[in-house]
Amino acid sequence: MSATAVLKVARGGPGDADRFDTFEVPYTPGQSILDGLMWIREHADASLAFRFACINANVCKECVMRIDGKNGYACTERLKPGETVLEPLANKRRVRDLACDTVPPKERLARG
Amino acid sequence: MHLSTDVLVIGAGGAGMYAAIAAARTGAQVILADKNMIGRGGATIMAQMTVAAALSEEEPDTWEDHLADTLAAGRGLCDEALAEVLCRSAPERMREMDGWGVGWARAGGLGGHAGHIRQVTAPGHGRRRCCYVDFLNTGPAVAGTLRKRVGRTAGIRALSNVAITDLVVQEGSVRGALGFAFGDGAELDVAAGATVIATGGLTRLYARSSASNNMAGEGYALALRAGAVLVDMEFVQFFPIGHLAPRLVGMDPIMWDPFRYKLGGRLLNGTMEEFIDRYGGEDDGRYTATRDLATHAIRREVDAGRGSPSGGAWLSFTHVPEAELRHAFGPVIDRLLKNGIDLTRRPVEVAPIAHYHMGGVKVDARMRSTLAGLYAAGEAVGGAAGANRLSGNAISEALVYGEIAGREAARHAGSHAGGWDGGAAAATVRDTAAGPRTAPTPRTVAGGSNGAGGTSAATLMGELRRLMWTKVGPFRDRPGLLAALDRIRAMRADDLPRVPVPRETAFANELADWHELRSALLVAEAVTVAALAREESRGAHQREDFPETAAGFRGNQRVTGQAGTIACRFVPVAPEGVAR
Ligand SMILES: Cc1cc2nc3c(=O)[nH]c(=O)nc-3n(C[C@H](O)[C@H](O)[C@H](O)COP(=O)(O)OP(=O)(O)OC[C@H]3O[C@@H](n4cnc5c(N)ncnc54)[C@H](O)[C@@H]3O)c2cc1C
Ligand code: FES
Repeated sequence: MSATAVLKVARGGPGDADRFDTFEVPYTPGQSILDGLMWIREHADASLAFRFACINANVCKECVMRIDGKNGYACTERLKPGETVLEPLANKRRVRDLACDTVPPKERLARG
Repeated sequence: MHLSTDVLVIGAGGAGMYAAIAAARTGAQVILADKNMIGRGGATIMAQMTVAAALSEEEPDTWEDHLADTLAAGRGLCDEALAEVLCRSAPERMREMDGWGVGWARAGGLGGHAGHIRQVTAPGHGRRRCCYVDFLNTGPAVAGTLRKRVGRTAGIRALSNVAITDLVVQEGSVRGALGFAFGDGAELDVAAGATVIATGGLTRLYARSSASNNMAGEGYALALRAGAVLVDMEFVQFFPIGHLAPRLVGMDPIMWDPFRYKLGGRLLNGTMEEFIDRYGGEDDGRYTATRDLATHAIRREVDAGRGSPSGGAWLSFTHVPEAELRHAFGPVIDRLLKNGIDLTRRPVEVAPIAHYHMGGVKVDARMRSTLAGLYAAGEAVGGAAGANRLSGNAISEALVYGEIAGREAARHAGSHAGGWDGGAAAATVRDTAAGPRTAPTPRTVAGGSNGAGGTSAATLMGELRRLMWTKVGPFRDRPGLLAALDRIRAMRADDLPRVPVPRETAFANELADWHELRSALLVAEAVTVAALAREESRGAHQREDFPETAAGFRGNQRVTGQAGTIACRFVPVAPEGVAR
């Protein structure tokens, strides 16, 4: 059973005007948004930036983003038929695309 | 940017964080760098099951008993000195973690009057020896406790999103490393009196795996390129009952193990019969079969046309009353229901999945590698588990080896300060595995990209993961291994140099991909070469063309990188009673 999801993904750096790229992603029902994002990096656009680590366990909490306007984990929200809009968190500084500066300040490399 | 420290710890999972704490409490300055986020990037935070240590909380137990079980599981190939230090020191580390508030499950239950620490019998252990944190929360609790401790320990500078890409070897000693900051792709040099590799395992090399995104074996490649010796690289552990279908989200694919030993799930073939006992393992709900045996049994059933619909086995809890399920796993039952899985009504499908790497950096019982100034800890270390690891020993290994490596590295740094020739650092990066056509690293490439028009590293990594799964996976044969080797070498020589890499970018994921692929290919080659040379089946290494265990192969393979190829040397295990 294969379906197609449409992921509309916000692109760009800090302070950039809203710009979206749209990707058609094949999937099997039950798969996660993160499955879709990983598919895009492997098959369509390797430059797409988003954070994730644990993929399945939902323990690293890094994949949090705005999914259709609401904050959620890409690894637990599922792909669905039709369009899903993905945007970076609204309350964090954007680094690029869906990745925000979520590293605790103490653990950042101060530039010198 | 240039940094300088006494001890550099690469990777901040359980092993790296413990190493940093142990080094800092002797007074050393420590830099703890993780390409991901401190404490979150690797396997440690994902562990859901147990941690083994002879604590004698449930019944009398000794570290010698633990050692005997560990050696038996290792199929004669364990490095006994490493296995001994693991079993001897595990209780001390577990008590220290207890004191730091990890919250091992205790008799009397959550929040109630705390009794003794609960210990269960995980497969292969002869005693109730395995501790856990409810519910399926062992890894997050261990990682969270250590992360907090790292934050409170003076002398540790923890850096998230800093990837280490090469070791710097000067006058035969490791003197630090090179890397880059993920945030903006900027280069970084770290001079260090001693360096600890704590980068975890390599199961991300496999299409079907329980790995996080950061487990492509980069630490093994760091060691190999610098000229250190690796051992047992052919032994990749496949976890027999990884979740297969239906798709589960938000739950780890290896979560079924604790269900089995707490509740006695039944493993059934496509015709709903129990089958493990046909392969020499007694099961009858007691679940004692080791991982290698269960993997073998499931594969044979599938081959014989008796698999489940998606090509695995059924795991059924329909005989367990709902109240009992809820008592044992509380909120997890609801998470399963959200995934459409009602365990009281339906079985799930399971199949083997790449899970852990027994091989790794060759170290002595003080975690010293074969290169001066270089230490390793955790899953990055090879040898303790031999041909097959016991459930619950990996977290113990991370804690025990982390503590030793940190302490020993600090001691070394104390007497070997300085010696870093900054000007020569980049030039003295050694790559003993480099061949004439090895790709230049992006940091040495001028301009915007490393190559134009090539396939992306992300795409090539996908291909490599499928190749490893089908040809260097749970079942291997010579034609498959040779085909894999050909393709891996071609990818190293032809594809890697053409991978496009943006020079500097905010969130440098393509630069990270490039380094990951470079290392993954080298490590994949090491696994394949070692698997090809071991013409027998033993533990996790199963050859279809050599199904028997051969006495002549009772030994370990040492792997080095030499002049563009991987060299493998067989060293027999010393006969019993011979001093090491
Ligand atoms: C899903 C799962 C469940 C498990 N359950 C159990 C269990 O119940 N009991 C048990 O005993 N074992 C279990 N294991 C095995 C065990 O978790 C691991 O062996 C152990 O945690 C490894 O710890 P570590 O510190 O060596 O590595 P990890 O915890 O994997 O940490 C390695 C770190 O290194 C970082 N890193 C990698 N490369 C670089 C680089 N180039 N530069 C900088 N940083 C880098 C990574 O980002 C990561 O944070 C499980 C494994 C998995 C995958
Ligand atoms: S990827 Fe780890 S929580 Fe989503």
